[in-house]
Amino acid sequence: MTTTPINAPAASPASPKKLVFPKASFSILYGDRIYAAITFLASLSIFGIIVWLAVQLSQASGASIHKFGWSYITQSNWDETKDIYGILPYIFGTLYSSFLALLIAVPISIGSAVFLSELAPKWLRTPMTFLIELLAAIPSVVYGLWGIFVMLPWLKTHVMNPISHAHPHNKFALWLFDVFFSGNPYGPSMLAAGLILSIMVIPFITAVTRDILKAIPRSQREGSYALGATQWETISQVVFPYAKSGIVGAVMLGLGRALGETMAVTMLIGNQSPGTPTGISFSLFQPGYTMASALANKFTEAAQGINTSALAEIGLVLFFVTIVVNMAARLLVFYTAKDVAGGK
Amino acid sequence: MVNNTTTVKPHRSNVTRRKIANRIMLTLCMLASVAAVTVLGLVLFFLISKGFSSINVKFFTQLPNHVDEKAGGMSQSIYGTLVLLGLASVIGLPLGILGGIYQLEAKGKFASAVRFFTDVLNGIPSIVIGIFVYAVWVAPIAKLHPGTGYSAFAGGFALGIMMIPTIMRTTEEILKLVPFSMREASLGLGATRWRTMWSVVLPSARGGVITGIMLALARIAGETAPLLFTILGNEFFVTHKVYGIKVPTLTAPIDALPLRIYNYATAVDPEQQRMAWAGAVVLITLILVLSIAARAATRGKVLEEK
Repeated sequence: MTTTPINAPAASPASPKKLVFPKASFSILYGDRIYAAITFLASLSIFGIIVWLAVQLSQASGASIHKFGWSYITQSNWDETKDIYGILPYIFGTLYSSFLALLIAVPISIGSAVFLSELAPKWLRTPMTFLIELLAAIPSVVYGLWGIFVMLPWLKTHVMNPISHAHPHNKFALWLFDVFFSGNPYGPSMLAAGLILSIMVIPFITAVTRDILKAIPRSQREGSYALGATQWETISQVVFPYAKSGIVGAVMLGLGRALGETMAVTMLIGNQSPGTPTGISFSLFQPGYTMASALANKFTEAAQGINTSALAEIGLVLFFVTIVVNMAARLLVFYTAKDVAGGK
Repeated sequence: MVNNTTTVKPHRSNVTRRKIANRIMLTLCMLASVAAVTVLGLVLFFLISKGFSSINVKFFTQLPNHVDEKAGGMSQSIYGTLVLLGLASVIGLPLGILGGIYQLEAKGKFASAVRFFTDVLNGIPSIVIGIFVYAVWVAPIAKLHPGTGYSAFAGGFALGIMMIPTIMRTTEEILKLVPFSMREASLGLGATRWRTMWSVVLPSARGGVITGIMLALARIAGETAPLLFTILGNEFFVTHKVYGIKVPTLTAPIDALPLRIYNYATAVDPEQQRMAWAGAVVLITLILVLSIAARAATRGKVLEEK
């Protein structure tokens, strides 16, 4: 840019001392506005995508929503030949497998987070954190592969077969077997899906919990130690209550992951209805479906029209469920972090 | 009775009990983290022991050979994954980095809403993104021209959407590390905000921003679920010529490493299963190299700034 004087010398030849300012270049005059506009638009893309997702998925599943209404989520039939679609068993499968995953993952993750933030010596912290983060970097499909060829055979011979060959004698054990261990121990099952999901959410819950524990002011712990509390008492009675809602948020983030996890679950859950008439079974040995695995599995052979529309509606349901869970989780984490920061 | 014992009980035994409880719980915490790391060890061990032997030069240079799987390879899948990563970057990088800059510069309710929904978008399952791209891209094109629709473009679009929130968050985190005084100095010298960002903040955070990009790439390189709905997979290189130069045909179906692993892992042929393990080793190597390099880059950076 050439800088021409604002006041040409010819205008005032009599006063040579007058200051001569360079004309502001285009980039100085408008650069910041353009900069603000471009970055603003880029950040708007987040809202754009979320709204676009919701609109497009509703549109794609319009035919199915119109035809089945609420019966779509209360019915257990998924019949391509009769064009009747209900996803109750899939919803159940999603919730049940995620519940199993959290049951295993929560104690392990919180334990690891406590170890990493409170107990581990400094030289161990970085490598351990790194290893657990690596666990999060392994893709779902690799977990599925590992699950099929390593975990399933092991589960079958060392867990499922012994349990299903055991003969319980008292009534309670019989009931327990009937509910949780009925069916043939073929391998692909709710148990396998729950286990692989737990492995996949552990690093998430651990990482978020560790961050929250780290944010708790030292003075809180020192106060507790000064009163004579042991390390565990400090952790359980001072640190945990302080971090409670944040940890709940971390667990819910893990839940959000587990609800939507597709590949590993598809490879291990069996994708078959358990033998019950409602398609719902609490048995850990029975195969099942989750919403995501049903979507991935049935999609390839879906016919155009209402069938595809019904599949898209699974996506829509999954979208809303995960968005609600995630929002709740983020708010919990956000407000805990804020409280903790404010309490310093 | 119970009350009596607790009040009469000498103080010391209580301390012993508390100490034992302490020891037990702390040990359990340690065991929990050992368990988590053990799982990682098991996964990596079996990957290497089962997959490493099937990796040879042919694996990287040949197309799948269903007559003799050992003679075949996955070159088209590796190539497809790289093409998809490139396409995803075209969408994800500019939007992600610019959005991250906005989150750094902007204050107020709207900016924190953006931050919040970035995290929410990050949590949306990849399969939902997949069915979305199917509905918005693949299905309409298939309606117009039957037999088409599944394409590298659609896959790249899906992965690009997944990249945006990841890059936004990491970019913001990294840019925050640049000392505020540097920005103040630049602004104080009369530089505009964009000039400050472009010439002061971004150059000093370059390593960190690249780290964020590599982590995002590592994350989407292994994604399979959205690809099921968008790229279909194939066993050839589909190319056409532009001015005599061979370029990939982006409107044609393309293959990807994770998709091929999924197809082979669920196949009955043991040879294909072996190929799946080999593919998994290559995929994991790609991802680990990306994330380890990313971490090494930031570590140097952070130390420098301190």
